[in-house]
Amino acid sequence: MRRALLLFGLAPLLMAQSQPRLVPDISARSIEIRYSFTGAQLLLFGAILYPGGRVPSRPADVIVVLKGPVQPILLREKQKIAGIWMNADSNRFSSAPSFYAVASSEPVRNLVDERTAAIYELGLQDLQLSTGGGALPEKERRFEAGLLDLRKREGLFAEYPTGVEISEGVLYRARISIPSQVPVGTYTAETFLVADGKVIAAATREIEIGKSGFERFIALAATRHSFLYGLAAVILSLGLGWAAAMAFRRRS
Amino acid sequence: MDIYLPIAGQSVNALLIILLGGLVGLLSGMFGVGGGFLTTPLLIFYGIPPTVAVASATTQITGASVSGVYAHMRRGGVDLKMGGVMIVGGAFGSLVGAGLFRLLQSSGQIDLVIGFLYVILLGGIGALMLKDAMVALGWIKLEAPKDRPRHNRWVAGLPGRWRFYASGLYLSPLAPLALGFLAGIMTVLLGVGGGFILVPAMIYILGMAARVVVGTSLVMILAVSAVTTMIHAMTTQSVDIVLAALLLVGGVIGAQYGAVLATRLKPDYLRLALASIILLVAIRMLLGLAWRPDEIFTVEYL
Repeated sequence: MRRALLLFGLAPLLMAQSQPRLVPDISARSIEIRYSFTGAQLLLFGAILYPGGRVPSRPADVIVVLKGPVQPILLREKQKIAGIWMNADSNRFSSAPSFYAVASSEPVRNLVDERTAAIYELGLQDLQLSTGGGALPEKERRFEAGLLDLRKREGLFAEYPTGVEISEGVLYRARISIPSQVPVGTYTAETFLVADGKVIAAATREIEIGKSGFERFIALAATRHSFLYGLAAVILSLGLGWAAAMAFRRRS
Repeated sequence: MDIYLPIAGQSVNALLIILLGGLVGLLSGMFGVGGGFLTTPLLIFYGIPPTVAVASATTQITGASVSGVYAHMRRGGVDLKMGGVMIVGGAFGSLVGAGLFRLLQSSGQIDLVIGFLYVILLGGIGALMLKDAMVALGWIKLEAPKDRPRHNRWVAGLPGRWRFYASGLYLSPLAPLALGFLAGIMTVLLGVGGGFILVPAMIYILGMAARVVVGTSLVMILAVSAVTTMIHAMTTQSVDIVLAALLLVGGVIGAQYGAVLATRLKPDYLRLALASIILLVAIRMLLGLAWRPDEIFTVEYL
């Protein structure tokens, strides 16, 4: 009886031991936006630790998701009214991610079912955009599709269906590119280990993307000391105009 | 050479922006206009957010008009009293314009209104200038215009008259005040100095002496664009100082070469060229309104 209880108590530990573990890392813990920033390439890599170091005959698959901070946005839709294209309809999304990229070793749909994909947000179609309630479902779908399409073409939303490379069944790596117009904030990189349609391990890392140096100074000055910032802009333009006038007056 | 714009939040090709500034500066030096009507649409075509484009173009206009003001001041071609009255009107106009800007932005129709105003203003002025230039070149003949009275009946009827010696006028300050007010609104909404509206209005509506028209309008544009930069910096917070600096470097140099070039070309051909450029921009804006836009959906951050 006591032995049975002991075994029962140890069960979670033993089970955890029998599950593989993920050790993820990222090529950069923080990305600094400087004057020459034209975007960045992030390498998300790591190791899969199988219990006892034995790689099963059918190694598990890996899905990597990089998500930017969520923002409330208003999406406006243009329609042709009296021959002119103008903003006619709009829809609110209270928590749309500003950046979203998913890479996997196989297309996500082949790895997990819809329910699992929706729970872990493993694909553009499964993003929880939380539209402001009350709108017709048909309209919501139209706006969601519009937002996905817009952000995809801006490079802010991306799917790499075979973007994760697994070598020897234990080392994985994925490359995700970040365009220059990414918003700043804390990004999360989630790594999921998937086998038989189930997520069997997950790990999260954070990446800080921020403006640094001169760019940070300018952005801060513009919001915190807007009067002085405006004054500086005026003085700069007057000074440059004056300098040019003087330089060319002497020559002629 | 790519450079990151901290307020626009994207990177642009610095050389391209300097070239754009230089081109606009060349035109502004040649024609004596601020060039904002070209900078703003071109920046928007390039992919800069419209609000940042309008605000930063305003900053550039200040710098571009400095050398013109300096030259006209030395020649005595500025009516400071008239300019002062118009600047007061312009400052009020830009405050009202900022309010309008906010209102239109929250209703989502700012782009439409900017587009419409550009088409109407540029189309109208461009067509008038084209006609003038073609008449002057003798390409089309018009019957001799009737002698128009120097003083507009409406303006003469306004109460309270002041003497403006340099302009040779004795008229109510309300007229230039209203003109400045309108120009101020346009500066905020469209990112244009309004020279191409102010100059004809000062000649035909106020009846100012031609000698002081351009100089006075430049002083007014300089002051109002500076005020507008401040207003944009404090309300929309979309003045990108890096973008403005790039535009200025090209612009102030281009303006000097433009001024030199202007003395070598026949003025009627100059006017014809300016009219064509203005009409082209107007047509491009009109097509932009009527054609299916690249992006049906636009994101606004709350």
